[in-house]
Amino acid sequence: MPACDACLRRTWLVERVSGYLEFHRNRIDDVLSLEDGPLIDSWQEKCERGPAQRELAREYQQFGTAGAEFARMRAEVAGLELLCRCEAAYPQRLRRLFGPPAVLHVAGGLDRFLELAADDPVAIVGTRRPTMYGTDVAAVLGRGVSVSGLCVVSGMAIGVDAAAHRGALAGGGRTIAVLPGCAAEVYPKANRRLYDQILRSGVAVSELGPGAAVRKWTLLARNRIIAALSELTIVVQGKSRSGALHTAQAARNVGSRLGAVPGSVLVAQSEGPHELLRQRAVLIRNPQDVLDAVFGDGNRALLDPSRNGLREEQRALLDAIRSGADTLAALAGSGGVGADALILLAELELAGCVRRATGGRYVVTA
Amino acid sequence: MEVDIRPGLPAFTIVGLGDTAVRESRERVRAAIQNSGYEFPQRRITANLAPASLRKVGPGFDAALALAVLAASGQFDVERLVDVAVYGELSLGGELRWAAGTLAVAEGARRHRVPALVVPASQAREASLIEGIRVLGVSGLTAAVDAITGRDIPPMPVPALHGVAGAAEPDLVDVRGQGVAIRAMEIAAAGGHNLLLEGPPGTGKTMLARRLPSILPPMGRAEALEVTRVHSVAGLHRGGMIATRPFRAPHHTISAAGLVGGGNPPRPGEASLANRGILFLDELSEFQRGAIEALRQPLEDGRVTIVRGQRALVFPTRFMLVAATNPCPCGYAGVADRCTCTEIDIRRYERRLSGPLLDRMDLLVNVVRPSEEELRAAPISDSATVRGRVAAARERQRHRLRETAASCNGELDAALINSRVQLDEQAQANLGGAYLAGQLSARGRHRIIRVAQTIADLDGRDRISGQDVFTALTLRQQVGAAGATAA
Repeated sequence: MPACDACLRRTWLVERVSGYLEFHRNRIDDVLSLEDGPLIDSWQEKCERGPAQRELAREYQQFGTAGAEFARMRAEVAGLELLCRCEAAYPQRLRRLFGPPAVLHVAGGLDRFLELAADDPVAIVGTRRPTMYGTDVAAVLGRGVSVSGLCVVSGMAIGVDAAAHRGALAGGGRTIAVLPGCAAEVYPKANRRLYDQILRSGVAVSELGPGAAVRKWTLLARNRIIAALSELTIVVQGKSRSGALHTAQAARNVGSRLGAVPGSVLVAQSEGPHELLRQRAVLIRNPQDVLDAVFGDGNRALLDPSRNGLREEQRALLDAIRSGADTLAALAGSGGVGADALILLAELELAGCVRRATGGRYVVTA
Repeated sequence: MEVDIRPGLPAFTIVGLGDTAVRESRERVRAAIQNSGYEFPQRRITANLAPASLRKVGPGFDAALALAVLAASGQFDVERLVDVAVYGELSLGGELRWAAGTLAVAEGARRHRVPALVVPASQAREASLIEGIRVLGVSGLTAAVDAITGRDIPPMPVPALHGVAGAAEPDLVDVRGQGVAIRAMEIAAAGGHNLLLEGPPGTGKTMLARRLPSILPPMGRAEALEVTRVHSVAGLHRGGMIATRPFRAPHHTISAAGLVGGGNPPRPGEASLANRGILFLDELSEFQRGAIEALRQPLEDGRVTIVRGQRALVFPTRFMLVAATNPCPCGYAGVADRCTCTEIDIRRYERRLSGPLLDRMDLLVNVVRPSEEELRAAPISDSATVRGRVAAARERQRHRLRETAASCNGELDAALINSRVQLDEQAQANLGGAYLAGQLSARGRHRIIRVAQTIADLDGRDRISGQDVFTALTLRQQVGAAGATAA
């Protein structure tokens, strides 16, 4: 399913006027919804009339088949598959946007992307500086959603996004990372390992092609794709003015549903979700809440194969961790189950029921 | 030591690559001889320290020099000096003083089949630890001459086998709670595994580490001698045999040379001083990268070779490494709501821990604050009980590993694991499961087997069971995995 020349030209144009978009990033959705002609015009209004402006118009005219062919070639070299909005297979949800991405650049397989995007993806997003609670919840939700056969969409940013992806990977690996630059280039670089893991069972997609620089506007433009791709957008943590709330706004704009995870009222990172809850976002406490929001109350129960066949003492240990005895010392100590904790914890960890977090804390994964 | 006295202008020259202390020895020898009532020959004296190409260091040659001058000037029979080694510093008044490394000198004398050794009286017990040499402990130059000429032979000193008692050693009874940490320490001690303690400030990491020597089996004679020798050479120990295992806790500002040894003349570093004992690195992340990396070879080889100028010295470095670190920059990760670090902060912090060093840590314990209840309760265990179990487990290992280079499970390499370690079916299955779940690397798998073997040994079994593997999995070290804990 190749991308058509016009859509590739559009992608080229968007990258070409990147500096202009950066200037207007506060209303990026509006600018991106302009057609090619008006976009060039408004760019010209901004720039002084002169050689540069004549240059852009001329380049646009001359892009033609050769330019498109070149773009296809670059994408192929980068290992990307393309899908333009003229194709019927283009995800219907994305068409809800006023200016949907002209071409989707997909790493990890176009077929896989279409399959993942087809059945009710759930976006899990949040701040890059979450508290431990935020990280834990994102991972639990990511895993639960993934285990239930749904796909987790997020932005692969450090913090909540990465935790959501990791949770999804632990729960079967159904996940889509929407990248702000090019889908073949890891952003942020710190998440290289995560990116590699995602590509094994999920995909990375982007609006821009190889060589595109990450700028503030591309981060914001990426948020609208995350929201539009998903049936439900969940904000885990984010301050009152944050990128996560921008994604929430984008979800509202496309008429997609919003969920929010409650947190401590004393913590700034939970201001955003609390604000959303006040505005009637769906309360998300656990993966079951997600399923209820997507399929309607009680229509689908959370199935977690790793929970089946647990022994009585294993269940007791899980309960103990849930109720706050989350360190090995507390679990094996006088108040806990004693020396058997050393053995039981390894069993539960292998079964994927708990994981070890920073500082040796145990976290129940669902 | 050769001394030549011939007519000429009065002069006293020492040749043979001596350092400043050796050069200054002239003045001490002159004064000591005169103040002891002997005559210092007013002629041309040349002393040669042979072999001339080897660098001589320190004031320990004083006594030998003075005796050689006396003998050469005919004040006692030169023949008496044949087959006698002399070691010690002189005071201006003629008393013999302590000089570093007496034990090593005694060993050297024994190796060269010198039957008698004159040392300061205070060092006689230390020197007499070496069997097969007659030790003459004397107070001063006059007494040395008397001893050598046979006029007044000092009594044979009593070898101080357990000169320093272990009474003051900190004991596990001082610890409240920390059951898991104590269990991990027991496993570490029993198998000779390196141990990483992770936890918030003030939870007792250092307190626990200091008690590790008390649960190690007592040192054998050869071990104790090795320890005493290194400490004697470093000038840190005088008197009898060191009986307790060393515990060295260098500050984190230490240099690479300070840690593994170095300088000129080469001195043993903390790693060698911790030989047969514990090297404790508190605040591991604060140590200089270079210093930590320098530890890798000594850890691997059990010894370190220091080359300075024309000579290479080998110091033993068979120690257990215990390191303590905070889990994150603020120190409180894992304590509910107390940690203020972000994922980025924590990753950056973890990057400062040396990967290759972490790779050699078999066990990780997260030390947490004991609960109020535990603080009031009786201690979990005392050192003697644990030490007994550790000794039994060590014995079992020695038996299993007889005729191999390894002496404990911590030293098992891949070949030994394949040939000497048995896993039962359940253990195989559990290990395979963990490996498939992506929780283990190939090397991590070996770590688990080593630790599981020690757990089995402590339990009095040779075959590793599935439960041993699970316990080892829970206690495994996985710092730096915070970024990928989802698996």
